[in-house]
Amino acid sequence: MDGTSHASGEAPGAGSGGSGGHVVPDGAAGVMAAEVMVAGNGLAGEDFTGPGPARGFDGDRLFRGLVTASGIAVLALLGGIILVMVAGGMKAFSTFGPAFLVSSVWNPVTQHYGALAPVFGTIVTSTLGLLMAVPLAFGAAFWLTQMAPARLSAVVGMAVQLLAAVPSIIFGMWGFFVIVPLMARYVQPFARHWFGHVPGLGALVQGAPFGTGLLTGGIILTVMVTPFITAVMCDVFTSIPAVLKESAFGLGATRWEVMRNVILPWSSKAVVGSVVLGMGRAMGETMAVTFVIGNANKIGWSLFAPGNTIASLIALEFPESPAGSVKLSSLMALGTILMALSFLALAASRILLGFAERREGRQ
Amino acid sequence: MSGHQNGRQSVRQNGAVQAAPDRWKPHGALAMRRRFMDRLATGLSLTATCVALLALCSILLTLLVRGVAGLSLVTFIHSTASPGMNGGLANAIVGSLIQTAVAILIGAPLGMMCGIYLSDYGRGWMASTTRFVSDMLLSAPSILIGLFIYQLIVVPTGHFSGFAGSVALAILALPIVVRTTEDMLGLVPVALREAGIGLGASKWRVIVFICLRAARTGVMTGILLAVARVAGETAPLLFTSLGNMDWSVSLAQPMASLPVTIYQYAGSAYDDWVQLAWTGALLVTLGVLAINILVRVGFGRKGA
Repeated sequence: MDGTSHASGEAPGAGSGGSGGHVVPDGAAGVMAAEVMVAGNGLAGEDFTGPGPARGFDGDRLFRGLVTASGIAVLALLGGIILVMVAGGMKAFSTFGPAFLVSSVWNPVTQHYGALAPVFGTIVTSTLGLLMAVPLAFGAAFWLTQMAPARLSAVVGMAVQLLAAVPSIIFGMWGFFVIVPLMARYVQPFARHWFGHVPGLGALVQGAPFGTGLLTGGIILTVMVTPFITAVMCDVFTSIPAVLKESAFGLGATRWEVMRNVILPWSSKAVVGSVVLGMGRAMGETMAVTFVIGNANKIGWSLFAPGNTIASLIALEFPESPAGSVKLSSLMALGTILMALSFLALAASRILLGFAERREGRQ
Repeated sequence: MSGHQNGRQSVRQNGAVQAAPDRWKPHGALAMRRRFMDRLATGLSLTATCVALLALCSILLTLLVRGVAGLSLVTFIHSTASPGMNGGLANAIVGSLIQTAVAILIGAPLGMMCGIYLSDYGRGWMASTTRFVSDMLLSAPSILIGLFIYQLIVVPTGHFSGFAGSVALAILALPIVVRTTEDMLGLVPVALREAGIGLGASKWRVIVFICLRAARTGVMTGILLAVARVAGETAPLLFTSLGNMDWSVSLAQPMASLPVTIYQYAGSAYDDWVQLAWTGALLVTLGVLAINILVRVGFGRKGA
């Protein structure tokens, strides 16, 4: 260590490198030190711009260029995605103008397309999904981090993470063959029986009991995003300094009071960040929702009515959209809207979660 | 001194008046409410955990019950065929393996280099922007990646291809590898780097042959997780490799894959196709979960 710092410190002045031997009196060690020093030129290469003495090509600069290029490639990737999507949707935007955003027509016969219905479906399903997922995820994270015995917590925590690893198409099949019949046979008739005549609520439960629809989509999304939010919340809840928790327990607070008055205020930003992350995930989810959404481009109050989301409309209509058509461009334009929505949510969640990470780093 | 003793005595008296000190349970309204809230929260959060577990169990059970029936030799050696023609999933399985492998071959080296850049070279706004973008790509909707590659590769070349599918999957694998590589390189002890530098190794040799070697378990974890993630992806493949009913291993042709086949078969009206969809779903899920369990259990033990 000492030799290294000597060598790299003296390297620029040492010229040919042989004279460095005087640092260490012993001859053999002197040769070694000289070698270290020569190599030291390579490692201090950021500052040392002259040619490395008697070493020639060392690959350091090439490597540096290579990894920097890969970093730039990632940046370019995002830029490319944005550019390509906007360019692809240009035809639709220029054909329909701003009306594309507020029109709920989707008519392949008259070649008239609008984005409102799928945007509505996307926002409704992901909001419904989050409304159910956030309490579930919070409860699971609360139990896993504060109450469960360590071993049980490890096993159950892993099981919850496995749920996050299940491919989305599997959720789709499961939803289609398990949840949809449940909704059609029990939930929908039940809801209509009890709430169908209540003013206000009645409009929410109208419609034939298909089993597919916005609420079913929301339920599938709940199951899918809960593990993501749980994972982030668990990280946040375990990162709180033990002193804070212990002092609250020492004052006689119950576990719930510690959670409510100590942990949640301490981690509020990160918790919001995890919820927004879940929102970003839910909006972009494709295959699972496609199976259960019902594929109907309309806007209505009923939670049981078939609808559509941006992603599922793209997946369903793409095979019938020839390259270069207005329809394909409309799908790309929808993709652009989805990109804007989800990237906004993801960026917001990164920023919110970044606050928490920075605070941790400082401690 | 005497005051101190008085205090202690009164405490003892209070303690005696109230109850046994180890199970001290006040019965005031406030205390009852606090205890009730705590029990309620405990119960509800336990319920929430159980709901999540129940969903996982329900999915696995459904897959097992419906999928096992189709696990026969025919499924593995026959390609997909018309309904009633005794088709299998061989081309889909092989297609999935090929596309995943090519995706990892493209995505993993690039991701590792980007991770090295972020942990050892990147400074200032460019590094933080790259990190931010990579984290965003981690959760970006996969269908957008599919549309992107469709416009970028499929439209110019004029046809769907397994290669386009692989590139789309590579983009999905990339940020996972970036993240784990950067994290794992950050965990390598400084002393190791210094030892390498002290022996006269240049910076890139230290990074590649010392740090990356030391972090290889972690980096492998990331790559395996990326495999698990992309192996089950459907949405990007719909627009890139499209799917193929026949046996084909050419990357230049449309290529079948398990998830896309599942998607096409699950909604069909033919019983044997639906059965194949369930079997395929079982295979994909078992594969993906096996990788995840392997990674988490194996790595957890080594980390501890």
